[in-house]
Order: sequence, then C-alpha cells, then structure tokens
Amino acid sequence: MSERQLFVLQRLSALVMAPMVLLHLGVILYATRTGLSAEAILTRTGSTWLWPAFYAAFVLAVTVHVPIGVRNVLREWTPLSRGAVNGIAIAAAAACLILGLRAVWAISGWAA
Amino acid sequence: MSARRHGSYAAHLGHRLSGLALALFLPAHFLALGLALEGADTFDAFLAFAEMPLVKAAEWGLVVLLGLHLFFGLRLLLLEMLPWRDPSDDRPALIGWGAAAALVLGGVFLWGVI
Repeated sequence: MSERQLFVLQRLSALVMAPMVLLHLGVILYATRTGLSAEAILTRTGSTWLWPAFYAAFVLAVTVHVPIGVRNVLREWTPLSRGAVNGIAIAAAAACLILGLRAVWAISGWAA
Repeated sequence: MSARRHGSYAAHLGHRLSGLALALFLPAHFLALGLALEGADTFDAFLAFAEMPLVKAAEWGLVVLLGLHLFFGLRLLLLEMLPWRDPSDDRPALIGWGAAAALVLGGVFLWGVI
C-alpha cells in the first residue's frame, strides 16, 4: 500500500470515527452517571443488534486508523527499520481487530 | 518565533501523544470488555476494581485524552480540507477551543462519578 493510500485511509477513517467517538463519549458519560454494573452494561448493549453493529463498525475503523498512526509516530520518532515499523503496525491492526471484535461479541450477549 | 514555540506544535504534540496513549490503552480496554465472556461475576469484579479512586482518575485522563485527540484531529481535517483565505490562516483559535472542549468533557465525567 502506498504512502498516499495510507494518508487517505487515515483521514477517511478519522471522518468516519469522529461521530462515533462523540456517541461513545456520550455513552461513557451516561453509563458512569447511571452506575456501572455488568447487568446494566450488558442489558443496554444486548438490548438491540444496533449496539453490537455500531461497535463492530467502530472496531473496523479503529483497525484502520490506529496502525497507520502508530506507524507514522514510529517512523518519525524512532530509528526502527521500515520493515520493523510495518511489522509493528500490522501487529497493532491484528490486535485491534481480534481483541476488538472479541469485545463486541462479549457485550452483544450472543455468546450466552 | 521558533517552530516549537508555535501553538500548532503544542497541538501536534497533544494530538500525537494522546493518540499513542489511546493506542496503548485500547488492548487493555478490549480485554476488560472480553471478561463479560467469563460471566457477569468476573465482569462485576473488574467493575468493582474500576471504582477505585486511582482507576477513576485514570479514566478521567482517558476521557480527556479521547476528547483532545478528537478535537485536535478535527482541527487537522479542517486545516487540510477547507480553503485557506490567507497563507497565515491556520485558525489558531481551534487549538484553545479543542483543549477547552476536552476539559469540559472531563468535567462532565467527573461530575457524573463524584
């Protein structure tokens, strides 16, 4: 993938995520205000398929956005080789995708 | 003026460091949510740990960092996508407004948990 494509993907994923982050911040503020318990969280997130769908889309956008950002920082601030930087970025993408979708699965209630 | 004394450099550092911190936090966040797979009791035990004042302070920091990254990122998108009326038109007010909005989010979070 070219640097130009990574640049564009970083901006596009940011545009997609901006409203998602605002909604997520709203959920955080609402949830902490109403009390955090497993029952409260899982009842809310499992009440409709829209929450898991929203958070799965969020995870996909994060999987694009985070590795490109980490790669930029490592390229500019560390003496790591290009191969090492790309390897770390791919590992970051895999971690975001696998752990993120696992978390969505966990809060969806579909595993129960 | 040295480039590093410019407000935009502070915004660049704030955006970059908040992004790095959030990237490091994300795996832990996902793993914590994954505890729900092990049952409500395990998840509740983690949530009880998250009620500790130090953890709440860290959560406050994460909310502020997420807000900073969002608003400084939106500023970048605006700078890159909107037309510049003048070569010096770098919209410096967006930096202060972004930082203030992130702190307001942190304040609302604190108001909810205290």
